[in-house]
Amino acid sequence: MIGPVLALAGAVLTLLAAIGVVRFPDALTRLHALTKASTLGLTLVAVGAAFVLPTANDVTSALLAAALYVFTLPIAGSMIARATYLSDEANTEIHAVDELADRRRHDATVDYDG
Amino acid sequence: MIAATYVVLGAAGLLFCYRALMGPSVSSRMIGIDGAIVTGMSVIIVNAMDTGRGSHLPVTVVLALVSFISTSVVARFIEGRRE
Repeated sequence: MIGPVLALAGAVLTLLAAIGVVRFPDALTRLHALTKASTLGLTLVAVGAAFVLPTANDVTSALLAAALYVFTLPIAGSMIARATYLSDEANTEIHAVDELADRRRHDATVDYDG
Repeated sequence: MIAATYVVLGAAGLLFCYRALMGPSVSSRMIGIDGAIVTGMSVIIVNAMDTGRGSHLPVTVVLALVSFISTSVVARFIEGRRE
């Protein structure tokens, strides 16, 4: 009984992430909605499946997938956020405080490649 | 209970696909694709719970790795477009 309940809770969290991704106004806020909610959603689904699945082989596959996702999604998320900021796609009307602006201006004057 | 899980995951997948198709920037499209991939992983795991056969659970491991690698590549691609 606890397995399907956990899976349903994880699915609802994934749906909440999807609603956030559709309704939030720019890429950084969408990333915020996706990374947190879908990490916990997939973990809940995998743990719920671990209660139900019969063999240890299946349980390790599901939990390994969830663990890989949990370890890699923060890295992928910060890479996407960094690329979004550097390519000037961040909406400055929403993110009014830009703490990296000084550093960016400094970087623009220094030629690291030369 | 399992049927409700399928319905909720299907709705989430549709919303993620909407963002992947309509996203104004490349980052938003990639976020939508990431969400669609994690929804697909959840569907595969829920299907294994439903049928009791976990023969395609290794696909979820592969999907997790492919999702990370594709996101990294696209992030490098966007970053390289700086003027």
